[in-house]
Amino acid sequence: MTESIPRAFPPGTFTPAPGRGKLGRMLLAQARTEAALALRNGEQVLLTLLIPLALLIGLTLLKIVPLSEPRVNAVTPRILALAVMSSAFTGQAIALGFDRRYGVLKRLAATAIPRWLLGAGRVLAALTIVAIQVIVLGVVAALLGWAPELSGVAWAVVLVLLGTIAFGALGVLLGGALRAEIVLAVANIVWFVLLLAGGIALPPSSLPGGLGAVVELLPSGALADALNTVLTRGGAPGWQPVLVLIIWAAAAGGIATRTTRLT
Amino acid sequence: MSPTSLRSGHPLGSTVVTAHPTTPAVEVSGLVKRYGSTVAVNGLDLRMDRGSVLALLGPNGAGKTSTVELCEGFLRPDGGTVRVLGLDPIRDGAALRARIGVMPQGGGAYPGVRTEEMLRLVAACAANPLDPAWLLDVLGLSAARRTPYKRLSGGQQQRLSLACALVGRPELVFLDEPTAGLDPQARRLVWDLVQALRSDGVGVLLTTHLMDEAETLADQVVIVDHGRVVASGTPRELTSSGSAEQQLRFRARPGLDTKLLVDALPENCKVDEVGPGSYLVAGCIDPQVVSTVTSWCAQQGVLAEELRVARRSLEDVFLELTGRELRS
Repeated sequence: MTESIPRAFPPGTFTPAPGRGKLGRMLLAQARTEAALALRNGEQVLLTLLIPLALLIGLTLLKIVPLSEPRVNAVTPRILALAVMSSAFTGQAIALGFDRRYGVLKRLAATAIPRWLLGAGRVLAALTIVAIQVIVLGVVAALLGWAPELSGVAWAVVLVLLGTIAFGALGVLLGGALRAEIVLAVANIVWFVLLLAGGIALPPSSLPGGLGAVVELLPSGALADALNTVLTRGGAPGWQPVLVLIIWAAAAGGIATRTTRLT
Repeated sequence: MSPTSLRSGHPLGSTVVTAHPTTPAVEVSGLVKRYGSTVAVNGLDLRMDRGSVLALLGPNGAGKTSTVELCEGFLRPDGGTVRVLGLDPIRDGAALRARIGVMPQGGGAYPGVRTEEMLRLVAACAANPLDPAWLLDVLGLSAARRTPYKRLSGGQQQRLSLACALVGRPELVFLDEPTAGLDPQARRLVWDLVQALRSDGVGVLLTTHLMDEAETLADQVVIVDHGRVVASGTPRELTSSGSAEQQLRFRARPGLDTKLLVDALPENCKVDEVGPGSYLVAGCIDPQVVSTVTSWCAQQGVLAEELRVARRSLEDVFLELTGRELRS
């Protein structure tokens, strides 16, 4: 073994000084990185902001679908539900699928970050993106004349939080279990199906036969209907959609903790 | 920035580094890991001193990566015990990971993350990290610091992965094939880094299938195959194992009948045509043996080319122990 120490590294350069970083700093560093990555990714921005914006403006200004007047009041709550589903479910699932492919979960799990904090960082990043979506869509809707019932705004915040957690848990369940390409395909198909037939584009009550009753039990139908209720009528949503979101969050989260793989 | 200015005022961070300075860095006994019916690690024993360099050497599929991941706490053993810095990697995983640095095989980062962004994220997980900008400079990544991970070359990804393993000032690092896919310059840099780590008291456990790498860097080489240790020792011990066994190699026409030569040589000498026209005489090589070989060549009417006497290389030991057939 040669003993020549290169000039670039004076003795003591790598003297051990290990230790875990501060929890808050780790959480913020991870959440900030993941939120920045989502905002920098063109496909993610298309999915989370541009498509909801296009639908918000299009459905408000073009009278293709019959809606109650003012149209923007009927459209906005459903577009907010779509935005939550897009980022928390589809965006999260695809990002997680490819993050696993590129080994980042293992990389981070090998640092001093506790495992629970890895999950918390993702949740915080997802909530940050949802907050940005709600602000952008809310401002554009307001410019289009949106006037939500103020008595329902606090409930709307609670519903968006619950919806983010329920859809986020489903996104992690999907993105943490399958191969990246399959995640990409399934997450996009589910998004499209739920948009058209899952109670987002059309209210469950307008769907034929018993389908409406089933759709009310989906997270998409529950979130869209409840947001519609609190923002157009004001006050509290019924207990059913809240319970539906909680059950989906608990069930998907519970399964995901067992099925999510690092690579 | 000068590296000395990187030393922080809190050398021990939030964990106690040398609670039991006499416990080995790594102590593994009877380790077993199965994947279905495949046995990846099959009763492996290992002991690595603190601050030393240990090279796990073995063919593909020998169980090197499984062994490393069992030490890091990524895999749960099916049998045997693992202690790293005196800790159980599964039960005390959180405490252990704060003290070690890990370079997983094939690296790991978000596909769209920028080089510097990734290293800063990993640095944020440590109490007293090295300066990320300095480390990127050392590893020749300064020009690529804003390049997304998926656009980095394989070698650049490897170097970023190494930076992530070192940035937390660990007392022990696990490097899984640290020089795979690197060009000769980068490989030399990794060797220099490993030697600098060792002289600063950082233990290094690395896997490789490069003999010269193990021979140059390691205090202790452990050769594994089929999930077991087949040999271990210092590079010198391994290459001179047995006695003063040496080799004499030469090239001549392929297909010579070596029977007469074997008869003429002392009994402890073996003769082999190891490749077409490449002959190897192993045993106690003295001037008499050399003379016997050259006169035999003269009798055969051939000229012995490139005749040289050498100690066996680690590669010879390795091939002897692990066989010559190709592994998947």
